[in-house]
Amino acid sequence: MTSLPEPVPNGKKLGLVIDLDTCVGCQACATNCKEWNTSGHLAPLPDFKPYSAGTEGVWFNRVHSYEAGEGEAGRTVHFPRSCLHCEQPACVTVCPTGASYKRAEDGIVLVNTETCIGCGLCAWACPYGAREMDEDAGVMKKCTLCIDRIYNETIPEAQRQPACVLTCPTRARHFGDLGDPDSAVSKLVRERGGYDLMPELGYKPVNKYLPPRKRAVAEAPPREAEPRKEEIANPLLRWMDKVLSR
Amino acid sequence: MNPAPSIIVFTTLSGAGYGLLFWLGLLRPLGLVPQDASFGIVALLLALALVTAGLLSSTAHLGRPERAWRALSQWRSSWLSREGVAAVVTYVPAGLLFLALLLGWRGAAALFGLLAAAGAVATVYCTGMIYASLKPIRQWRHPLVVPGYLTLAAFSGAALLAMFGAFWGDGAVPAVIAVLAGAGGFVLKRTYWRAIDTEPPASTPETATGLGALGTVRTLDPPHTETNYLLREMGFRIARKHAARLRLIAQAAGFAAPLVLLLLGLLIGGGAAAVLATLAAVLVLLGLLVERWLMFAEATHTVTLYYPPATAR
Repeated sequence: MTSLPEPVPNGKKLGLVIDLDTCVGCQACATNCKEWNTSGHLAPLPDFKPYSAGTEGVWFNRVHSYEAGEGEAGRTVHFPRSCLHCEQPACVTVCPTGASYKRAEDGIVLVNTETCIGCGLCAWACPYGAREMDEDAGVMKKCTLCIDRIYNETIPEAQRQPACVLTCPTRARHFGDLGDPDSAVSKLVRERGGYDLMPELGYKPVNKYLPPRKRAVAEAPPREAEPRKEEIANPLLRWMDKVLSR
Repeated sequence: MNPAPSIIVFTTLSGAGYGLLFWLGLLRPLGLVPQDASFGIVALLLALALVTAGLLSSTAHLGRPERAWRALSQWRSSWLSREGVAAVVTYVPAGLLFLALLLGWRGAAALFGLLAAAGAVATVYCTGMIYASLKPIRQWRHPLVVPGYLTLAAFSGAALLAMFGAFWGDGAVPAVIAVLAGAGGFVLKRTYWRAIDTEPPASTPETATGLGALGTVRTLDPPHTETNYLLREMGFRIARKHAARLRLIAQAAGFAAPLVLLLLGLLIGGGAAAVLATLAAVLVLLGLLVERWLMFAEATHTVTLYYPPATAR
């Protein structure tokens, strides 16, 4: 059913918080995402012409790099982009078949590849470019928030997190319940001023981005103290100081 | 947006087919077109052929065409599903209209004609809403998009009916309607083009990344060196000078020339009118193909904001 589930007050909203201050753009999250998900819930993530010119493939996570601002105030910001598991996901409501759906219990947006007709309308409806067509199977694919990890009781509890979060070497990615105001991720969003992407479109993304921290303002460089007259022991230098200071 | 031929052919042909069905269904009971059964049957068959060819063409756009029937299920939320339902439902009165014309049931033909006309309007409205409901594409979100689809379907349908009318000896009323709808469509498209050229986009690289507080956002490194589905599907670019030239072609071939031909046909009448109306109808369809191609090629999707302007937009 592509109608959205009734919002539950204080309902679970699983999502990611991505720290743009600490992300170094290493692509590890994108790589581990591809590695896990190509045999995961929406497997496979095909590659086309993998060993020749024109290589391309399906990825759930893409890491961009930007420059923002000018001159000394300018910053280089690495920016991972993936599904934001929106509260108002038009990708779900435009779906004519019911293949695209938002889970009532945790807000994860998924695709049923058994019923998807591959019309591509959901990809058009997503402002963030989160959906990519598997042109081998003719169906749409997207981030599953590693639904096959986070609820997986066959792996150690500490590993029940999305692959991108586990692999991040700078801990720039955090996973949790953004519907619970007391969760670690919700606190992080409050403390660091986490924000929505393209809020003007009204999709209400669950995932939040933490802005780069304000750079410490450098103080004026320390000035070398001038030697006082009585400190100059050499009479010749004392005379030169007197002449040059005139 | 990538101007996929299957969708351009679909919206142009099915639009003309539904337009023809609408005017046939409406004008025949009012006695404003030839009342011969043969006229109604031929016009109806062409309308259904255009609609069916368009719908079949649209399935070529699907990754899994064999599952197309599933698209009828989500009419509660999806305009694409509503369009599918409306298209299928419209076949019922259209089929009954065919039967009524064949068997000479006058009252039934009038009733089914009007029902088919209503179905045609509903279907084209849904087609327009598929595009108008997509917030990431500001050129489609525009309030003139749905009126545009409806007006242009009415225009091309009336031009086709004028052609048949002229062959059956009286195509004056549909020709006048085609001229009026064409003039309306011409003004509407020019207003639309001016609006999308001048209205500033609400979303920018700054709102897309949320980094506007730091200043202007520029792409440093793209996430991938080769293209991908997103850029092929939504990063289609058309050179500005081509867009301007194609708009001129659409206006001249799709609107100005057919209007002149239809007006000439109205003045001359007789066999010459039939030839002129045929030429006009063909030109309308060709012009609308260009217009529909531009509708896609000129539309920009917010995902391109994440990419370097050279690879997208």
